[in-house]
Amino acid sequence: MKAPLLEVSHLVKHFESGGGLFRRGAPVAAVDDVSFSIREGETFGLVGESGSGKTTTGRCILRLIEPTSGSVRFRGEDVLAFSRRRMREARRHMQVVFQDPYSSLNPRMRARQIVEEPLIIHGLGNRTDRRERVAELFRLVGLDTAHLERYPHEFSGGQRQRIGLARALALNPSLLILDEPVSALDVSVQAQVINLLMDLQQQLRLTYLFIAHDLRLVEHICSQVAVMYLGKIVETGPAAALFAKPQHPYTRALLSAIPVSDPDAPKQRIVLDPDLVRRDAALREVGAGHWAAI
Amino acid sequence: MLEVSHLTTVFDLASGPAPAVDDVSFEVRPGETLGLVGESGSGKSVTALSIMRLVQPPGRISGGSIRFKGRELLALPEAEMREVRGAGIALIFQEPMTALNPVFRIGDQVAETMLAHGRVSRRDARARAVELLGAVRMPDPAARARDYPHQLSGGMRQRVLIAMAIACKPSLVIADEPTTALDVTIQAEILDLLREMKSAFNLSLLLITHDLGVVAETADRVAVMYAGRIVEHGPVREIFRDPKHPYTRGLLASRPGVARGQRLRAIDGTVPVLGALPAGCAFHPRCPDRFEPCNSAPPPEFAVGEGHGARCYLHDGHQAPAIRRPAERAAR
Repeated sequence: MKAPLLEVSHLVKHFESGGGLFRRGAPVAAVDDVSFSIREGETFGLVGESGSGKTTTGRCILRLIEPTSGSVRFRGEDVLAFSRRRMREARRHMQVVFQDPYSSLNPRMRARQIVEEPLIIHGLGNRTDRRERVAELFRLVGLDTAHLERYPHEFSGGQRQRIGLARALALNPSLLILDEPVSALDVSVQAQVINLLMDLQQQLRLTYLFIAHDLRLVEHICSQVAVMYLGKIVETGPAAALFAKPQHPYTRALLSAIPVSDPDAPKQRIVLDPDLVRRDAALREVGAGHWAAI
Repeated sequence: MLEVSHLTTVFDLASGPAPAVDDVSFEVRPGETLGLVGESGSGKSVTALSIMRLVQPPGRISGGSIRFKGRELLALPEAEMREVRGAGIALIFQEPMTALNPVFRIGDQVAETMLAHGRVSRRDARARAVELLGAVRMPDPAARARDYPHQLSGGMRQRVLIAMAIACKPSLVIADEPTTALDVTIQAEILDLLREMKSAFNLSLLLITHDLGVVAETADRVAVMYAGRIVEHGPVREIFRDPKHPYTRGLLASRPGVARGQRLRAIDGTVPVLGALPAGCAFHPRCPDRFEPCNSAPPPEFAVGEGHGARCYLHDGHQAPAIRRPAERAAR
């Protein structure tokens, strides 16, 4: 078995809530003792509803927010111990694509500049090299190089997400953190972007941390899945097993809440009884590689 | 109940009038749920605003008719139309945070809708508001009535909007993406609530959404919009079992979950923008089945089943190439 590319252990992030100017607020655990590992080349799905801590987890891995405690190992090295300079170097290998292609691209920069910027920041290549690389990236994500000088608003949502992807790929990363990459897109365009992500993964041997609330999509493209609820991973395992035999009451409620696009499908809604969720339950193995906090 | 015929709503752009809703006809029957499905820019929300006569400039209704319980809404004086809004037809918006006024208590906002129609005294309106909050399953409604919108979760705010919608006993509720901003477990609760309110208050429902799953679970009949036109409509089972328009087929085929780990069957291209619609059938540049007539004139509606119609030349007995059956398409 391959060694994990990314290993997150006992990650904790507290935010303060309810504090004021002179009074410290009570700490709220947005991420509460989260551990998982991702093997090279796989797509790991982190799912949960708003407030589950999935996005905060993604940001802690890149240290876009500093975690309170825990460790994040990338290729065996502890990322949280890195100096600023070393961290910047490490970010070449771990990139993020954000949810909203409308607000995540600088509206005053041309598409070419947006994709080129990481190359400039990391001092890679001369002008000519960079131009060539940007054009290559444009083609890679299926954009027309005739549109290099356009501004973000001149592109559709799907094309903007491709620009964000080209920028993330500029430095040849091995891990991409995809934070709800298609949820702002039209249904008919979502499938195109998902196909592109699947093609790129094969072509460039990428590893994905796919953060999403859309369980059908996660089921489709992820090999491993972790379900987050109120800051904790309540269930994790191979996607096939987890979707076929969900064990945690929250996972069951979540799966039963997805509208099924089949008018004849029996509707069996499972409503989560909060008393069934034991907050202090440890994950225990319920099947091969399948763990649930029950 | 509601009969929309040949409705056309245009936006006056610098380049000339652009139809956001183009010759749209459908009906909502008593007690039924009609799902109006479309992506962004399909014209589904403008259709809802047109029915309520709430289209703002540069948009304007340029033709067609909207009959509600036999009355022509497009001919009503504004004062009578105001009576129809709320008491006849109620609209539930997508974003519960912006649809509620942040500086008023929610109980007062529910009461306000009843007072606006001058039906009740202030005291009765307050009492009835608490009753309505109870009816939409708000826990401890008397206490919650004193809360401000920001004190409630998104799901609870959506319940308040539903309470406001049913306050004046409308016979038709138009819900525009009522669950889009919500988490999936909360969405399930709100959809259950809408179904429950529908039978308890004997409502007809026009449910506007981009989510095929929501439609499959909620609607009796479906109308699919693309670029301002209804391209297919029919009973929900037929639409999902045997879609006849290539756009509907594409939407259904592009859903994840058909074959895990495989590429999805995406629809090529992007949704056209208002004012730059392709000639002929607006879907033809993205259509895998296009043939000669598709780029010349917009196709009329062809009957393809009992109460099932599709605007696609494939179903024109005179010129459709009968050779292109689905099996052969799959082989291509």
